[in-house]
Amino acid sequence: MNTTLWAAVLAGSLGCYLLKLAGLSVPAAWVEQPWVARIVDFVPAALLGALVAVQAATSGRELVVDGRLVSLAVAALALALRAPFIVVLVLAGAAGALVHVLA
Amino acid sequence: MSAPTRSTVRDSLGLGLAVGLYGAAFGAAADAAGLNAWQAISMSALMFTGASQFALVGVLGAGGGALAAVGSAFLLGTRNTVYGVRLVPLLQPKGVARRLGLSQWVIDETTAMALAAPDRRLGRLAFLVTGASIYLMWNAMTAVGVLGAAALGGTARAALDAVVPAAFLALLWPRLRSSFPEAATQRKVALGGAVVALVLTPFVPPGVQVIAAVVAVVLAGPPRAGERSTAAEEMA
Repeated sequence: MNTTLWAAVLAGSLGCYLLKLAGLSVPAAWVEQPWVARIVDFVPAALLGALVAVQAATSGRELVVDGRLVSLAVAALALALRAPFIVVLVLAGAAGALVHVLA
Repeated sequence: MSAPTRSTVRDSLGLGLAVGLYGAAFGAAADAAGLNAWQAISMSALMFTGASQFALVGVLGAGGGALAAVGSAFLLGTRNTVYGVRLVPLLQPKGVARRLGLSQWVIDETTAMALAAPDRRLGRLAFLVTGASIYLMWNAMTAVGVLGAAALGGTARAALDAVVPAAFLALLWPRLRSSFPEAATQRKVALGGAVVALVLTPFVPPGVQVIAAVVAVVLAGPPRAGERSTAAEEMA
């Protein structure tokens, strides 16, 4: 298990570094294709949307409703009120702790 | 130091130190996902691109496999390739060693600061000062976060579990604001990713649903460049 984690850490780091290096090394025309631009524009939204959902409402293969959803709602409200990143995290954490204590 | 130089250094340092503080959130998330302190610290030193780091530990924390976790990190890491292309005229990296060295600092914040600078010299300076200050602060705060989180009890753990989805939402949020290019489509894409991931959760190994959601949404196709005007009209 620990070996797998190290493999993920190192392979992930190497790949992310090579992606950066590629930007400074390959001809601009390769990267500035319209289809590449579309993917780069939209993959982060799809990926982050999926990660929010999975982190807030699943556990293993099950859909779960718990304090994390309450925290997510608190975070969304804070973001809508333009709270800074760190304030959003602190409020979400406080809501999670509160639900844990009450439940 | 001239006034523009001073102000570039000050802004770059300020941004670098502020952003670097969130390294603590990453360290805590890494601990929650089951990584040990050395693994978290290695990630910040070697991977050094926040969204990819959060994605990797996020997928592992959800019980996902290593391949799905690394795949998510790569998908988010492709942004940096595009940034690099934009930075080449400004940095003009001469020689292999310089290129290898500068690459590691090609991330959201350094690109934004470098491209916002008034000229090429200040752009380079902004890149280097922002890069150095984020790098040092991000790594130091990762250590603080991962070691601090390891000492927490049950209630604090619940707080930590709640912070991770909030962190992803905070990373996503700027893309959903109406000032972001094609915000209406970004919202649909984000919602699509969330729905597909939840629907697939009971049927695939943990973590795979995240990659599958991205592939599904990208294949379903956001409007092509030619249809941008329609999207712009929708928003107006």
